[in-house]
Amino acid sequence: MGTLAAHGLRKSFGKVQALDGVTLDVPDGSFFVVLGPSGAGKTTTLRAIAGLEKLDAGSVHLDGRDATGDAPAARDLAMVFQSYALYPRHTVYENIASPLRARRCSSSEIAAAVEQMSSLLHIERLLQRRPAQLSGGEMQRVALARALVRRPRAFLMDEPLTNLDLKLRVEMRTELTRIHRSIGATFVYVTNDQVEALSMADQVAVLKEGQVQQVGTPTEVYERPANQWVAGFVGSPPISLLACRAEGDRLVGAEGWTLPRPRWTTAEDGRPLLLGLRSEDLSVEQRGSASLSGELYGLEPLGDRTVVDVRVGTEILKVKARPTVTGTPGERLLVTVDLDRAHLFDADTGLSLSEAGR
Amino acid sequence: MAVSVDEAVSTGPARDHTAPARRPGGRGRSVLEVALLTVLAVVMLFPVLWMIETSIKENRDVYAIPAKLFDFTVTLEHYKDVFVASDGGRSALSVSFLNSVVVAGASTVLATVLGVPAAWAYSRFAVKAKKDQLFFILSTRFMPPVVVVIPIFLMYRQVGLIDNKLGLILIYTAFNVPFTIWMMKGFVDEVPAEYEDAAMLDGYTRLQAFWRYTLPLLVPGIAATAVFALIFSWNEFVFATFLTSSDSVRTAPPAIAGLIGGTTTDWGLVAAASVVFALPVLVFAYLVRKHLIAGVTLGAVRR
Ligand SMILES: Nc1ncnc2c1ncn2[C@@H]1O[C@H](COP(=O)(O)OP(=O)(O)O)[C@@H](O)[C@H]1O
Ligand SMILES: [Mg+2]
Repeated sequence: MGTLAAHGLRKSFGKVQALDGVTLDVPDGSFFVVLGPSGAGKTTTLRAIAGLEKLDAGSVHLDGRDATGDAPAARDLAMVFQSYALYPRHTVYENIASPLRARRCSSSEIAAAVEQMSSLLHIERLLQRRPAQLSGGEMQRVALARALVRRPRAFLMDEPLTNLDLKLRVEMRTELTRIHRSIGATFVYVTNDQVEALSMADQVAVLKEGQVQQVGTPTEVYERPANQWVAGFVGSPPISLLACRAEGDRLVGAEGWTLPRPRWTTAEDGRPLLLGLRSEDLSVEQRGSASLSGELYGLEPLGDRTVVDVRVGTEILKVKARPTVTGTPGERLLVTVDLDRAHLFDADTGLSLSEAGR
Repeated sequence: MAVSVDEAVSTGPARDHTAPARRPGGRGRSVLEVALLTVLAVVMLFPVLWMIETSIKENRDVYAIPAKLFDFTVTLEHYKDVFVASDGGRSALSVSFLNSVVVAGASTVLATVLGVPAAWAYSRFAVKAKKDQLFFILSTRFMPPVVVVIPIFLMYRQVGLIDNKLGLILIYTAFNVPFTIWMMKGFVDEVPAEYEDAAMLDGYTRLQAFWRYTLPLLVPGIAATAVFALIFSWNEFVFATFLTSSDSVRTAPPAIAGLIGGTTTDWGLVAAASVVFALPVLVFAYLVRKHLIAGVTLGAVRR
């Protein structure tokens, strides 16, 4: 079993409100990702769940039992720290063995478990080294091994892949997903990388300034962002946001353009709105019923695709196009909009107005 | 005495000495630098040299005018006198040395045992008014000993700690604990708290985590701090003079000072006693010099 519930976590450091009522419900066996920019309170959230941070308010329930006041050792959780926190004076073997030694396992049990872990993570060669003699990727594997060497209630991982180079990061992403599937344990995984979140998670909680913005599957968070901020944070290139308002059956842009009003929105006439358009829902190559006119601002070739920057008035639209697309800056363009996949947000509250009717 | 303190403190500047090596040209020190350092060395070391010479001169040569710098008769009589009384038993001086060892050793151990955990707590935990507390702890060291010694004397008389080694041990511990807390807090701050966090998630209690994973990393810092505390207790003069009187309790500093004065002063004995007194701290500082440097430069080395 490994359900984990944090309710109304609040924690301040001096004037900084690191956690401002964070609530998370992590189902048993899920790969639960907490996504947010640096400083959002992700580490503090994990530390609170682990019992390393004294909370101002809120509760932590583990398998339905209140564990808010429990010592870290009593919670039966394992954690991979952002800094790895490998014991510098101990060998890799001793580092991995530490959780088992704390639980007074016999040395034959320890040897077997360490061996199994080290072959799983391909670090057999490193067992007699000390952390200072390891590369970043190796340290990260050792930190993972130390966490995975026993079967705790849940694993907490604080940006374990952030310090790795891109190639290793992509490899480890697959590896971690595989490990999660094979042991079927609960993972709470913290990252600031939305690609990691979308590719690995069963559930994503998006965190900003100590507040949960949205919880959902990766698809939900991407397709139906709860507010303008989530829409902007998740997705690359970032979503384009155009100021506008609804007038009858039309959307009128602040820059003078008009589009048909989408059927699905509940926005009242005249309210300031933001129209959110993802790059893949825009096209400069196809013709459609709804379009915006602008001029070519720049091209970003990315290999498999090219992002075309189109200027509409003073605002820039990022449009996904085939890698073969060409053009000269300043050239007039018509951008076709897939309004069925567009998003509308209240410009004042930032909240999505797309929910109803979809 | 000044020698041993210099030895300990010079580890800081010793690190700076490596910097000039990177000067353009890099051909070592300039002539002027060498000349100045030589002058400084002579001025600083001459009294020490003179003390050592006097301790091995025959009495006749000690009082000779003009002073004999080289051609004197070498004798170890004075050193024998330091340890052996004229009746063949143990001398009062040798008893005072033993007292110094006991008092300095015990107070250093006590200050370390009390100060290190306190420093750890101040470093790791959210303590109310932490800065004020730390300042208060340090402020106890601002008072010159002569100011404090009278009230201490009166209090000690009430509780029977006058002319008692325990009295000296306690007062030296009280002086060394604040110093230990301050110096050790710096060392503890340098050790990431996450080692302890990781150990607690491994299943250890907070104290076990400290003991297993933080304490071993603090050993160089503890060694450096203990040397400074030891030197303080070993050298301390004011409290020892006021609070002790009998030969069986007195520590070496007042005992050596007591040799000077009266109708004649046996300078050979004074010099020999001073050499013996300076030696242990010198040797100790030399043995732990690597730790001292590691201690002073801990932040620079580890990051
Ligand atoms: N020990 C601390 N002391 C003071 N401020 C802290 C401490 N830990 C975190 N903070 C602050 O709390 C906020 C959230 O931090 P953190 O949880 O580490 O964010 P994240 O892991 O998402 O980058 C930040 O503004 C950070 O500066
Ligand atoms: Mg963090």
